[in-house]
Amino acid sequence: MDHEAAKALGAGIAVIALAGVGVGIGNIFSALVNSVARNPSARDQVFGLGILGFALTEAVALFALLIAFLILFT
Amino acid sequence: MAAGQPTIDAPTIDALGQFKLHTVLGPIGASVNFTQSNLLMVVAGALILALLYFGARPRAIVPGRLQAAAELSYDFIYSMVSEQIGHEGRRFFPFVFTLFFFILFGNLLGLLPFSFTYTSHIAVTASLAILVIVLVTVVSLSIHGLHFFSYFFPKGAPVLLAPIIVPVEIISYLSRPVSLSIRLFANMVAGHVMFEVFATFMVMMAGAGAIGYLGAVGPLALNVVLMGFELLVAALQAYVFAVLTCIYLHDAVHLH
Repeated sequence: MDHEAAKALGAGIAVIALAGVGVGIGNIFSALVNSVARNPSARDQVFGLGILGFALTEAVALFALLIAFLILFT
Repeated sequence: MAAGQPTIDAPTIDALGQFKLHTVLGPIGASVNFTQSNLLMVVAGALILALLYFGARPRAIVPGRLQAAAELSYDFIYSMVSEQIGHEGRRFFPFVFTLFFFILFGNLLGLLPFSFTYTSHIAVTASLAILVIVLVTVVSLSIHGLHFFSYFFPKGAPVLLAPIIVPVEIISYLSRPVSLSIRLFANMVAGHVMFEVFATFMVMMAGAGAIGYLGAVGPLALNVVLMGFELLVAALQAYVFAVLTCIYLHDAVHLH
Protein backbone atom coordinates (compact mmCIF):
# COMPACT_ATOMS: atom_id res chain seq x y z
CA MET A 1 0.00 0.00 0.00
CA ASP A 2 1.08 3.53 -0.71
CA HIS A 3 2.53 5.34 2.30
CA GLU A 4 0.24 8.37 1.92
CA ALA A 5 -2.83 6.19 1.43
CA ALA A 6 -2.00 4.22 4.55
CA LYS A 7 -1.65 7.48 6.48
CA ALA A 8 -5.03 8.73 5.32
CA LEU A 9 -6.67 5.40 6.13
CA GLY A 10 -5.06 5.34 9.57
CA ALA A 11 -6.25 8.86 10.34
CA GLY A 12 -9.75 7.90 9.24
CA ILE A 13 -9.76 4.81 11.41
CA ALA A 14 -8.44 6.80 14.38
CA VAL A 15 -11.45 9.11 14.43
CA ILE A 16 -13.98 6.25 14.60
CA ALA A 17 -13.70 6.84 18.35
CA LEU A 18 -15.71 10.01 17.84
CA ALA A 19 -18.86 7.88 17.46
CA GLY A 20 -18.66 6.96 21.12
CA VAL A 21 -18.01 10.54 22.10
CA GLY A 22 -21.06 11.65 20.13
CA VAL A 23 -23.21 9.17 22.04
CA GLY A 24 -21.66 10.33 25.31
CA ILE A 25 -22.23 14.04 24.72
CA GLY A 26 -25.77 13.34 23.56
CA ASN A 27 -26.36 11.40 26.75
CA ILE A 28 -25.02 14.20 28.91
CA PHE A 29 -27.20 16.85 27.35
CA SER A 30 -30.29 14.65 27.30
CA ALA A 31 -29.84 14.06 31.01
CA LEU A 32 -29.26 17.80 31.50
CA VAL A 33 -32.45 18.73 29.63
CA ASN A 34 -34.35 16.06 31.51
CA SER A 35 -33.27 17.26 34.93
CA VAL A 36 -33.83 20.94 34.14
CA ALA A 37 -37.29 20.11 32.82
CA ARG A 38 -38.11 18.22 35.99
CA ASN A 39 -36.69 20.79 38.37
CA PRO A 40 -36.07 24.17 36.72
CA SER A 41 -34.82 25.72 39.96
CA ALA A 42 -31.81 23.37 39.95
CA ARG A 43 -30.68 24.75 36.62
CA ASP A 44 -27.66 26.69 37.85
CA GLN A 45 -26.14 23.77 39.75
CA VAL A 46 -26.93 21.15 37.12
CA PHE A 47 -25.69 23.29 34.26
CA GLY A 48 -22.19 23.53 35.69
CA LEU A 49 -22.07 19.78 36.16
CA GLY A 50 -23.30 19.23 32.61
CA ILE A 51 -20.66 21.51 31.17
CA LEU A 52 -17.99 19.76 33.23
CA GLY A 53 -19.15 16.40 31.88
CA PHE A 54 -19.19 17.81 28.38
CA ALA A 55 -15.61 19.04 28.69
CA LEU A 56 -14.40 15.71 30.08
CA THR A 57 -16.11 13.78 27.29
CA GLU A 58 -14.96 16.16 24.62
CA ALA A 59 -11.39 15.60 25.78
CA VAL A 60 -11.72 11.96 24.71
CA ALA A 61 -12.70 13.14 21.24
CA LEU A 62 -9.65 15.34 21.17
CA PHE A 63 -7.37 12.46 22.10
CA ALA A 64 -8.60 10.63 18.99
CA LEU A 65 -8.35 13.77 16.90
CA LEU A 66 -4.82 14.35 18.14
CA ILE A 67 -3.81 10.83 17.12
CA ALA A 68 -5.30 11.47 13.68
CA PHE A 69 -3.34 14.72 13.39
CA LEU A 70 -0.15 13.00 14.50
CA ILE A 71 -0.62 10.33 11.85
CA LEU A 72 -1.36 12.91 9.16
CA PHE A 73 1.24 15.56 9.87
CA THR A 74 4.28 13.81 11.29
CA MET B 1 -6.79 19.29 -13.64
CA ALA B 2 -7.22 20.41 -17.27
CA ALA B 3 -4.09 20.67 -19.37
CA GLY B 4 -2.87 24.18 -20.12
CA GLN B 5 -4.02 25.55 -16.82
CA PRO B 6 -1.11 27.04 -14.94
CA THR B 7 -0.03 24.58 -12.31
CA ILE B 8 0.06 25.99 -8.82
CA ASP B 9 2.04 24.26 -6.13
CA ALA B 10 -0.56 23.14 -3.66
CA PRO B 11 0.38 24.55 -0.27
CA THR B 12 1.23 21.71 2.04
CA ILE B 13 -0.32 21.64 5.46
CA ASP B 14 2.34 22.39 8.05
CA ALA B 15 -0.01 22.16 10.98
CA LEU B 16 2.52 21.45 13.69
CA GLY B 17 5.02 24.14 12.69
CA GLN B 18 3.20 26.73 14.78
CA PHE B 19 4.24 24.93 17.96
CA LYS B 20 7.98 25.24 17.28
CA LEU B 21 9.89 27.15 19.90
CA HIS B 22 12.38 29.84 19.01
CA THR B 23 14.30 32.21 21.20
CA VAL B 24 13.26 35.83 21.50
CA LEU B 25 14.83 39.09 22.70
CA GLY B 26 17.89 38.76 20.46
CA PRO B 27 21.25 37.49 21.69
CA ILE B 28 20.36 37.91 25.37
CA GLY B 29 17.38 35.62 25.01
CA ALA B 30 19.34 33.18 22.88
CA SER B 31 22.09 32.84 25.49
CA VAL B 32 19.63 31.78 28.19
CA ASN B 33 17.17 29.97 25.85
CA PHE B 34 14.38 32.44 26.56
CA THR B 35 11.68 31.32 24.13
CA GLN B 36 8.40 32.90 23.07
CA SER B 37 6.71 30.42 25.40
CA ASN B 38 8.55 31.89 28.38
CA LEU B 39 7.85 35.40 27.15
CA LEU B 40 4.12 34.70 27.03
CA MET B 41 4.20 33.18 30.50
CA VAL B 42 5.73 36.42 31.76
CA VAL B 43 3.11 38.43 29.87
CA ALA B 44 0.31 36.30 31.29
CA GLY B 45 1.66 36.70 34.81
CA ALA B 46 1.96 40.45 34.37
CA LEU B 47 -1.60 40.66 33.01
CA ILE B 48 -3.02 38.70 35.94
CA LEU B 49 -1.17 40.89 38.42
CA ALA B 50 -2.30 44.01 36.57
CA LEU B 51 -5.93 42.84 36.57
CA LEU B 52 -5.87 42.23 40.30
CA TYR B 53 -3.82 45.32 41.19
CA PHE B 54 -5.75 47.83 39.10
CA GLY B 55 -9.01 45.99 39.81
CA ALA B 56 -8.56 46.16 43.56
CA ARG B 57 -7.24 49.71 43.72
CA PRO B 58 -10.42 51.81 43.28
CA ARG B 59 -12.17 50.10 46.23
CA ALA B 60 -15.47 51.53 45.06
CA ILE B 61 -18.67 50.29 46.64
CA VAL B 62 -20.27 50.18 43.21
CA PRO B 63 -17.46 48.54 41.22
CA GLY B 64 -16.43 49.69 37.77
CA ARG B 65 -15.82 47.24 34.97
CA LEU B 66 -12.26 46.32 35.92
CA GLN B 67 -13.05 46.03 39.60
CA ALA B 68 -16.10 43.91 38.79
CA ALA B 69 -13.92 41.59 36.70
CA ALA B 70 -11.40 41.21 39.50
CA GLU B 71 -14.08 40.67 42.14
CA LEU B 72 -16.05 38.24 39.99
CA SER B 73 -13.01 36.13 39.24
CA TYR B 74 -12.04 36.08 42.92
CA ASP B 75 -15.59 35.13 43.92
CA PHE B 76 -15.86 32.50 41.22
CA ILE B 77 -12.76 30.59 42.30
CA TYR B 78 -13.49 31.14 45.99
CA SER B 79 -16.97 29.62 45.76
CA MET B 80 -15.66 26.77 43.62
CA VAL B 81 -12.94 25.92 46.14
CA SER B 82 -15.20 26.11 49.18
CA GLU B 83 -17.94 24.12 47.44
CA GLN B 84 -15.67 21.36 46.22
CA ILE B 85 -13.20 20.97 49.07
CA GLY B 86 -15.29 22.25 51.93
CA HIS B 87 -14.48 24.65 54.71
CA GLU B 88 -10.90 23.52 55.29
CA GLY B 89 -10.20 23.85 51.57
CA ARG B 90 -9.90 27.61 51.77
CA ARG B 91 -6.19 27.48 52.41
CA PHE B 92 -5.78 25.99 48.92
CA PHE B 93 -7.57 28.95 47.38
CA PRO B 94 -4.40 30.85 46.34
CA PHE B 95 -3.00 27.76 44.64
CA VAL B 96 -6.17 27.03 42.66
CA PHE B 97 -6.58 30.70 41.79
CA THR B 98 -3.04 30.91 40.42
CA LEU B 99 -3.42 27.66 38.51
CA PHE B 100 -6.73 28.68 36.95
CA PHE B 101 -5.56 32.10 35.84
CA PHE B 102 -2.20 30.91 34.57
CA ILE B 103 -3.94 28.36 32.33
CA LEU B 104 -6.79 30.69 31.36
CA PHE B 105 -4.48 33.49 30.27
CA GLY B 106 -2.23 31.03 28.46
CA ASN B 107 -5.18 29.68 26.49
CA LEU B 108 -6.60 33.12 25.72
CA LEU B 109 -3.29 34.73 24.77
CA GLY B 110 -2.69 31.82 22.42
CA LEU B 111 -5.80 32.74 20.45
CA LEU B 112 -4.34 36.10 19.43
CA PRO B 113 -2.96 35.97 15.88
CA PHE B 114 0.82 35.39 15.65
CA SER B 115 0.83 34.50 19.30
CA PHE B 116 1.83 31.27 20.93
CA THR B 117 -0.04 28.97 23.32
CA TYR B 118 2.27 27.79 26.05
CA THR B 119 -0.37 25.33 27.26
CA SER B 120 -0.02 23.53 23.92
CA HIS B 121 3.27 22.03 25.09
CA ILE B 122 3.07 18.82 27.07
CA ALA B 123 6.13 19.93 29.03
CA VAL B 124 4.15 22.83 30.51
CA THR B 125 0.90 20.98 31.18
CA ALA B 126 2.70 17.93 32.55
CA SER B 127 4.69 20.04 34.99
CA LEU B 128 1.46 21.69 36.19
CA ALA B 129 -0.22 18.29 36.58
CA ILE B 130 2.76 16.81 38.41
CA LEU B 131 2.79 19.85 40.70
CA VAL B 132 -0.89 19.21 41.48
CA ILE B 133 -0.47 15.50 42.12
CA VAL B 134 2.62 15.94 44.30
CA LEU B 135 0.80 18.60 46.31
CA VAL B 136 -2.25 16.34 46.71
CA THR B 137 -0.11 13.43 47.90
CA VAL B 138 1.90 15.57 50.31
CA VAL B 139 -1.25 17.17 51.75
CA SER B 140 -2.88 13.79 52.19
CA LEU B 141 0.21 12.29 53.82
CA SER B 142 0.60 15.23 56.17
CA ILE B 143 -3.04 15.19 57.26
CA HIS B 144 -3.66 11.46 57.49
CA GLY B 145 -0.19 10.01 57.89
CA LEU B 146 -0.06 6.36 56.95
CA HIS B 147 -3.86 6.25 56.84
CA PHE B 148 -3.40 7.76 53.40
CA PHE B 149 -2.80 4.24 52.04
CA SER B 150 -6.30 3.17 53.07
CA TYR B 151 -7.33 5.35 50.14
CA PHE B 152 -6.39 2.51 47.82
CA PHE B 153 -8.78 0.08 49.50
CA PRO B 154 -12.29 1.51 49.93
CA LYS B 155 -14.04 0.76 53.19
CA GLY B 156 -16.52 -2.10 53.08
CA ALA B 157 -15.03 -3.84 50.07
CA PRO B 158 -14.56 -7.59 50.50
CA VAL B 159 -11.00 -8.46 51.55
CA LEU B 160 -10.90 -11.24 48.96
CA LEU B 161 -11.06 -8.61 46.22
CA ALA B 162 -8.02 -6.73 47.54
CA PRO B 163 -5.56 -8.16 44.98
CA ILE B 164 -7.76 -6.68 42.23
CA ILE B 165 -8.98 -3.47 43.82
CA VAL B 166 -5.66 -2.22 45.16
CA PRO B 167 -3.74 -2.30 41.86
CA VAL B 168 -6.69 -0.76 40.02
CA GLU B 169 -6.92 2.05 42.56
CA ILE B 170 -3.17 2.65 42.43
CA ILE B 171 -3.22 2.76 38.65
CA SER B 172 -6.16 5.14 38.62
CA TYR B 173 -4.37 7.36 41.15
CA LEU B 174 -1.20 7.41 39.08
CA SER B 175 -3.03 8.03 35.81
CA ARG B 176 -4.50 11.28 37.18
CA PRO B 177 -1.58 13.51 36.20
CA VAL B 178 -1.43 11.83 32.79
CA SER B 179 -5.07 12.49 31.97
CA LEU B 180 -4.93 15.95 33.53
CA SER B 181 -1.97 17.04 31.42
CA ILE B 182 -2.99 15.34 28.18
CA ARG B 183 -6.52 16.75 28.32
CA LEU B 184 -5.35 20.35 28.36
CA PHE B 185 -2.53 19.75 25.91
CA ALA B 186 -4.72 17.83 23.42
CA ASN B 187 -7.46 20.44 23.56
CA MET B 188 -5.08 23.26 22.77
CA VAL B 189 -3.14 21.41 20.07
CA ALA B 190 -6.26 20.08 18.35
CA GLY B 191 -7.88 23.52 18.31
CA HIS B 192 -4.87 25.26 16.86
CA VAL B 193 -4.23 22.52 14.30
CA MET B 194 -7.82 22.87 13.13
CA PHE B 195 -7.31 26.63 12.65
CA GLU B 196 -4.23 25.89 10.57
CA VAL B 197 -5.94 23.19 8.50
CA PHE B 198 -8.92 25.36 7.60
CA ALA B 199 -6.67 28.33 6.88
CA THR B 200 -4.71 26.13 4.49
CA PHE B 201 -7.96 25.07 2.80
CA MET B 202 -8.64 28.76 2.27
CA VAL B 203 -5.30 29.26 0.51
CA MET B 204 -5.84 26.10 -1.56
CA MET B 205 -9.29 27.31 -2.65
CA ALA B 206 -8.04 30.77 -3.54
CA GLY B 207 -5.41 29.12 -5.72
CA ALA B 208 -8.16 27.68 -7.91
CA GLY B 209 -9.11 31.03 -9.49
CA ALA B 210 -12.21 33.22 -9.32
CA ILE B 211 -14.63 30.50 -8.24
CA GLY B 212 -12.13 29.46 -5.62
CA TYR B 213 -12.32 32.90 -4.03
CA LEU B 214 -16.04 32.35 -3.51
CA GLY B 215 -15.40 28.84 -2.23
CA ALA B 216 -12.79 30.12 0.20
CA VAL B 217 -15.56 31.90 2.11
CA GLY B 218 -16.59 28.50 3.49
CA PRO B 219 -13.41 27.70 5.41
CA LEU B 220 -13.15 31.35 6.47
CA ALA B 221 -16.63 31.25 8.00
CA LEU B 222 -15.78 27.94 9.64
CA ASN B 223 -12.63 29.44 11.11
CA VAL B 224 -14.60 32.36 12.55
CA VAL B 225 -17.05 29.95 14.18
CA LEU B 226 -14.13 27.87 15.40
CA MET B 227 -12.60 30.94 17.03
CA GLY B 228 -15.76 31.39 19.07
CA PHE B 229 -15.68 27.74 20.03
CA GLU B 230 -12.02 27.97 20.99
CA LEU B 231 -12.78 30.91 23.28
CA LEU B 232 -15.27 28.65 25.04
CA VAL B 233 -12.78 25.79 25.17
CA ALA B 234 -10.04 28.05 26.54
CA ALA B 235 -12.18 29.06 29.51
CA LEU B 236 -13.69 25.61 29.93
CA GLN B 237 -10.37 23.77 30.02
CA ALA B 238 -8.95 26.15 32.59
CA TYR B 239 -12.11 25.58 34.63
CA VAL B 240 -11.90 21.80 34.22
CA PHE B 241 -8.25 21.78 35.31
CA ALA B 242 -9.10 23.84 38.38
CA VAL B 243 -12.18 21.78 39.25
CA LEU B 244 -10.31 18.50 38.94
CA THR B 245 -7.55 19.92 41.13
CA CYS B 246 -10.23 20.76 43.70
CA ILE B 247 -11.74 17.27 43.47
CA TYR B 248 -8.33 15.68 44.00
CA LEU B 249 -7.69 18.01 46.92
CA HIS B 250 -11.07 17.04 48.36
CA ASP B 251 -10.04 13.38 48.14
CA ALA B 252 -6.75 14.23 49.82
CA VAL B 253 -8.38 16.13 52.67
CA HIS B 254 -11.30 13.75 53.30
CA LEU B 255 -10.04 10.38 51.97
CA HIS B 256 -13.12 9.36 49.95
